[in-house]
Amino acid sequence: MFGSIAAIGAGLAVLGAGLGIGKIGGSAMDAIARQPEASGKIQTAMIIAAALIEGVALFGVVVGLLGLETGVK
Amino acid sequence: MSFIFSAKRTFSLLVGLLIFSTSFANEHKPEEKFNVTEMIMHHISDAHEWHLWGGHHDGVSIYLPIILVDGGLKTFSSKHFYHGMPMTYLDTTSKEEMHYVLGVGPAAGYAMFEEEIYKLNAEGGLEINDGKVVDAESPFDVSITKNVLALFFGAAFILIIMFNVARFYRKNGPVAPKGLAKYLEVLIVMVRDDIAKANIDHHKYHKYVPYLLTIFFFIFFNNLLGLVPIIPGGANLTGNITVTLFLAFCTLLVTVFSGNRNYWGHIFAMPGVPVALLPIMILIEIVGIFTKPFALMVRLFANMTAGHIIVLALISIIFINQSAAWGALSVPMALFISVLELLVAFLQAFLFCMLSALFIGAAVEEAHH
Repeated sequence: MFGSIAAIGAGLAVLGAGLGIGKIGGSAMDAIARQPEASGKIQTAMIIAAALIEGVALFGVVVGLLGLETGVK
Repeated sequence: MSFIFSAKRTFSLLVGLLIFSTSFANEHKPEEKFNVTEMIMHHISDAHEWHLWGGHHDGVSIYLPIILVDGGLKTFSSKHFYHGMPMTYLDTTSKEEMHYVLGVGPAAGYAMFEEEIYKLNAEGGLEINDGKVVDAESPFDVSITKNVLALFFGAAFILIIMFNVARFYRKNGPVAPKGLAKYLEVLIVMVRDDIAKANIDHHKYHKYVPYLLTIFFFIFFNNLLGLVPIIPGGANLTGNITVTLFLAFCTLLVTVFSGNRNYWGHIFAMPGVPVALLPIMILIEIVGIFTKPFALMVRLFANMTAGHIIVLALISIIFINQSAAWGALSVPMALFISVLELLVAFLQAFLFCMLSALFIGAAVEEAHH
């Protein structure tokens, strides 16, 4: 039973990541549309912020994996 | 272009694959059920053998040396475990059958359960409770495992490439490169300019470029090798949390030992903070010194491991349904994810390096008023 709760937890973490990265992507698109010359810098900043959020989401996935370990056996 | 990629040809190809579904449906051999979790865990974990091809019992593997420190130094090949005596124990809690192997020959006196080596207890076996071995000592294990061998391959790869590149510049000076240096110069200049110079003080960044280059290329090449399915690739090295722990620890050491007075001043006496809040701020800042490399460690580990799990899970669609026709669905999806993994391999190396540079930059920053 703990295995499936762990999977739900991991799914929720991914939900948070999706929302966050979507927001960053949207703002980056707006900014590039306003000022195409700055697109290089905006892109770099977007990638860094997206990777940081993904890191946090993967914390959640790792904890989910840990829960799966104790649940499966 | 349209000669190769036409809709008609793609359709004929898919139909051709689906024809297999009838032939496989007829022969239904009674074999052990395919366990997805076990297969995936086996592929992403470390092991004492490097499995090349073949099934469980008739596979071809390279048996790696086991080195134990137990009283003295004991060295033997892991085939003494993999061809040892299989034993079964009924788990005390879950009542499942747990399988482990007794060592034979020079490995006598030890048993291996799920790639971990333990000393036998008084009854000459292992006692397993809730999936974990209880009441057993384990000797200090410094074996050459699959990940260690992959580390040697990755290191040899980097050394050969980098010595080649260095020799070019030593012979020809700062000119437009030819040969291997042609491909590496883009990445090396990116690390020096966009990562080091952009984040670390202009007068001090030179000292840290070698460390940042090492981190970048180590992570990048090992990530890429992890995506290659056959030896010398295919071992999930950067998805091993002890490896990423050590990389993060290196960044921690570089940051702490290059911290100047301004950096430590900000940690212990953050300017502009009311004195009453200082105790909390000091605690938060000290914890912050450790959480930043911790995040680096978990980010790299989780990204790499998750990517490998996804690719393996997609490929196992074929094996769960026991039919090669599912390849028409599974292979394009796995291909797409593998291409995404190429991007992730580069991105994670870039990000680890960039964040390390940011932390180092913060450590050597001069105060500006």
